Amino acid sequence: MLIREIIAGLFMSAGFFFFLTATLGLLRLPDFYSRMHATGKGDTLAVLFSLIGLAVYEGFSITSVKIVLIAVFMFLAQPTATHAISRAAFRCNVKPFTNVEGTNK
Amino acid sequence: MNTFFLVIGIGMCLLVLFCLFRVTYGPTILNRAVGISAVGTKTLIILLIIGVIHHRVEMFVDISMVYALLNFIGCLVLAKYLERTGEV
Repeated sequence: MLIREIIAGLFMSAGFFFFLTATLGLLRLPDFYSRMHATGKGDTLAVLFSLIGLAVYEGFSITSVKIVLIAVFMFLAQPTATHAISRAAFRCNVKPFTNVEGTNK
Repeated sequence: MNTFFLVIGIGMCLLVLFCLFRVTYGPTILNRAVGISAVGTKTLIILLIIGVIHHRVEMFVDISMVYALLNFIGCLVLAKYLERTGEV
């Protein structure tokens, strides 16, 4: 087993872990904004870890350069999409989750 | 190492199924949009893992790049449309 494969395996495992937490947040959190918070940050980090792991596994070639380009694009695009959907929800008057009395502690 | 990528890919497919729960039963269309975005992000990684397993990454990486672009554009267009209509 090469050391390149060990590093790639570690990065892929970290990416899978963050995908798992993001999906758990998407399923279990109570309202729209908190679900957005879980997937917006968790998916971005997970995609970065997975793509870096795949690029390390490929070695230095034109393919790994393309994979790094996808990683840079996702690092810019995913927070933009999250912000756009959250702003659409805010302009559509989606109320955030508060406690029962509505005192918003 | 091939078995490792296979296990990661199958686990990612299970996560896509869990995300499809939110897409199907989400209370409003915004929740469905978030679920679709998460499914698209996972599909990008699954495509690359399929390429690694078949030793054809140089073909699948272009498909994955186009998928990332289309996911972003679709998400942005949906957000703009919902913002303009003003109701969910």
